[in-house]
Amino acid sequence: MLKHSPALLALIISCPVIAMAEVPDAERQAQLLYLLKHDCGSCHGMTRKGGLGPALLPENLSDFPPEFLVTTILDGRPGTPMPPWRGELSEADARWLVEALNRGEGL
Amino acid sequence: MRLPEKGKGVGKGVRSLFHNPQGKSHWDVEKKGSDPFSFALSFLLLVFFCSFYGTANAECLMRGTGDLGIVIERASGSVQVVDTTARSSLFRIEGLGDLSHASAVFSRDARYAYIFGRDGGLSKIDLLCGSLVKRVLQAGNSIGGAISQDGTLVAVSNYTPGGVKIFDAQTLAQVVELPAVDEAGRSSKVVGLVDAPGQRFVYTLYDAGEIRSVDMHEPGKPQVQRFRDVGSLPYDALITPDGRYYIAGLFGEDGLALLDLWQPQEGVRRILDNYGKGEDKLPVYKMPHLEGWAVAGRQAFLPAVGRHEVLVVDSDSWKEAGRIAVHGQPVFVVAQPDGRQVWVNFAHPLNDTVQVIDTRSLQVIHTFKPGKGVLHMEFTPRGEAVWISVRDADAVQVYDTTSFRQLAELPAEKPSGIFFTSRAHRTGL
Repeated sequence: MLKHSPALLALIISCPVIAMAEVPDAERQAQLLYLLKHDCGSCHGMTRKGGLGPALLPENLSDFPPEFLVTTILDGRPGTPMPPWRGELSEADARWLVEALNRGEGL
Repeated sequence: MRLPEKGKGVGKGVRSLFHNPQGKSHWDVEKKGSDPFSFALSFLLLVFFCSFYGTANAECLMRGTGDLGIVIERASGSVQVVDTTARSSLFRIEGLGDLSHASAVFSRDARYAYIFGRDGGLSKIDLLCGSLVKRVLQAGNSIGGAISQDGTLVAVSNYTPGGVKIFDAQTLAQVVELPAVDEAGRSSKVVGLVDAPGQRFVYTLYDAGEIRSVDMHEPGKPQVQRFRDVGSLPYDALITPDGRYYIAGLFGEDGLALLDLWQPQEGVRRILDNYGKGEDKLPVYKMPHLEGWAVAGRQAFLPAVGRHEVLVVDSDSWKEAGRIAVHGQPVFVVAQPDGRQVWVNFAHPLNDTVQVIDTRSLQVIHTFKPGKGVLHMEFTPRGEAVWISVRDADAVQVYDTTSFRQLAELPAEKPSGIFFTSRAHRTGL
């Protein structure tokens, strides 16, 4: 038990840190919603009802774990036109976008 | 909604009603009735008739449409009717639904535009009256459309459910539906729908990797020809201005699929399939568009997928004739009507820039930044000016194609596609 405790301790400390990890500020959130509407929107539709890419309404996403969606945004879907947005978007950005999509924010 | 010079059209309509070349106005005729009651009644009728007649014609213009066009305002579901001579806006027409990725074609009299919305809406607008004539929601999700060689049929390609629907251009009544189902029974998204000579429409099945051509001489009996296994994920297509070659761009692999419509029995062949072999593509943040055909002499210019390059193709041999390094990943690569210069815009995040390529030297001769979100470029009929939509500036900018000087700027809400009526008489547009 003692042997594992540093790892456990690290986990206990890091978990809340990840959970609270920089939530994009209001300005960044507005930028992300703009990106979602106009750039993601060119394939997924500005109203997120889909296009060349699938629909991104809350009911379309409810079957997918948030982690999967975050990974899809950051790393793309090889073999499809979905590009990796890593570099342009941080992990926190992608996480916030997934939450926004699931809430149907900005619709 | 008429934008400037509100009174002009109204005055015309009312004046023509009161002016009577025979010298007998309605007023004179009615005055002969001596009875005050019938006089009052006729007066009321006249007022009623006048106001009715007035509204019917009030907003309509009496002019040609050859220098008109439309600007799609993608976020607000509206369209502006513009005058490319006066460089002004004439009308704004609202209530056209979701216009993300909207496109348009024109009736052959160039009075009406058919607008294909993302939400499956097909809207017919009157350029002279600035009005919505008719709107049908024909599918859940659509991508584009075309008008037939004879101007009687309008076809729409759909994502959900996949397939093509064909409508009477006058009434927008559905004539026929062509499902896009493959052998396995899977429905495909349909892209790259164009008109072709011989009263045909040609289109591509994105998921199935198939090109189809339909002969609509007998609207009740569409004759569909199928070309299978053209390549992986054909994302868009174009037809050459003579209507001979149909070319689909492939997202899933290198090269393009070419169909010679003069020799359909030869089938589809792959061109430029050695292009970019073994090189890694960049992430594509916006799919390129194949619209029209940037062609100058024997050379055709195409956007390279996932590369900061414009491809030059010899249009006799269909072999690569060069590559031009450009600012970003090209989205539209369009030639001026004279073919002297090719204009290029770029995908996110480099979409604030436009470059001009000289087709003789194959050099980029001009680079400028209209602003973030350059989404489309359209030339005036003979190409002395280009109109550029700049989404984030909420503006359409007009540039001189010789001096590159900016000539005008028109306000527009999140403008995307710009379409001028000169398209009415060109195959594939």
